[in-house]
Amino acid sequence: MRTANRTGGGAMLRDVAAIGAAMLAVGASFGAVAVAAGLPAWATLAMSVFVYAGGAQFMAVGLVAAGSPLAAVLAGLLLNARHLPFGLALGGSLGPARWRRLLGSHLMTDEATAFALARPAGPTRRRAFWVAGVLLCLAWNAGTLLGVLAGGAVGDPAVLGLDAAFPAGLAALLLPSLRDARTRRVALAGAGLAVLATPFLPAGLPVLLALVAVVGPALRRREPAPPTGSEAAPEPSGAGVPEPGHGEEEAAREPGPEAVLRAEEATC
Amino acid sequence: MLIAVIVALAAGTYGFRVAGVLLRDRLELPEWARLLLPVGAATLLAALAATAALTEAGAFAGYARPAGVLVGLLLAWRRAPFVLVVVAAAGTTALLRLFGVA
Repeated sequence: MRTANRTGGGAMLRDVAAIGAAMLAVGASFGAVAVAAGLPAWATLAMSVFVYAGGAQFMAVGLVAAGSPLAAVLAGLLLNARHLPFGLALGGSLGPARWRRLLGSHLMTDEATAFALARPAGPTRRRAFWVAGVLLCLAWNAGTLLGVLAGGAVGDPAVLGLDAAFPAGLAALLLPSLRDARTRRVALAGAGLAVLATPFLPAGLPVLLALVAVVGPALRRREPAPPTGSEAAPEPSGAGVPEPGHGEEEAAREPGPEAVLRAEEATC
Repeated sequence: MLIAVIVALAAGTYGFRVAGVLLRDRLELPEWARLLLPVGAATLLAALAATAALTEAGAFAGYARPAGVLVGLLLAWRRAPFVLVVVAAAGTTALLRLFGVA
C-alpha cells in the first residue's frame, strides 16, 4: 500500500497490527463457538494451528456439529482452493530458501497475500509477507486460545463491526493495483460475477468463478508481451483504453508496465 | 473421526497453499501468463472483499456491514492511513448496529 511504502517498516507493523487485532477477536470467537459446539479444546486449538483458515474452520465446526464430517472436509477444501492461485502469484516472494517456501506456504492467508502483493516485487514484498504471515498467525492462534479459555464470555465480533473490517482492509490493500485500468476492469468484473453467483453456488466457488474474468484478456493477449521482469505491474490493456499519444498498439504498450512500475516504486 | 477431519482439512489446505508456490518454481510460464498472475490474484482478492462485504451464508448481509466497508473504501480512496480505514469501517458498522440497523 502506498501509505506503507512511503513510510518504513514501523508503519507496516502498525497496518498489520490493525488487521491482527481484528483476527485476535475473530479467533477468540472461533474458539468460543467451537467449544460451545462440543469440540474438545485440543481439537479447536489443533484446527487453528494446522488448518489455519478462518472461513473453513467456522464451516467445519458447524458441519461437524451437524454430523456431516465428510461435508466439512469437502466444503472447507473448496473454500481454500483459492490459495493455489495465490501461491502461484506469490511464488518466489516467500524467499529463496526451501524451508521458507514450505513454512511460508502455511502462513498464506488472504490478508498476508494482500499485504505482500500490495508492495513491489522484491525484498519489500518478501518482508511484508513474512511480517503479516507471522503476526496474523500468532494473532489467530492466541485469539483461539483466549476463546477456548473464556468460552461464553467472548462477545459476538459482529457487535464490534469486525465483519466490515476484513473486506475494508482487503479493499484498501487492493486499491493501488486497481489504479491500472486493465486490472481494475478484470477485478471489478470478477467481483461482480462472484457476488451474483453467491446465492446459487456453494461457498468458495463464487470467488473461484471470478477468475473467469481473467480468461478473456488472457485469450486476447496470447501475442508475445514485452519483457519487463515486473510482477507488480500488470500491462495496461490495448483494448478500449486510449493510450496517451500513440495510435500504434505495440508502441503504446511498450512503455506501459515500466511506467506503472516506476510510479509504484517512486512512492517507496 | 474428528481427528480425521482435522488432518484432512489441514493436509488439503496446506496442499493448495504449497502447490501454487512450488509449481511457480517448476512451471516455465510464458510472459503473458506471468503478467496475468497478479491480475488473477487481485481479482480473487476483489471477489473475496466484495462477497465478504455484501453476503453472509449465501444471502445479503444487511446494510450495516456494506455501509461500514463503503466508509472504509472512501477513506482509502482519500489516501487515509490503513489503520483508520479498518477502524472506521468496523466503527461505522458497530454504530449502525447499535442504532438498530441490521
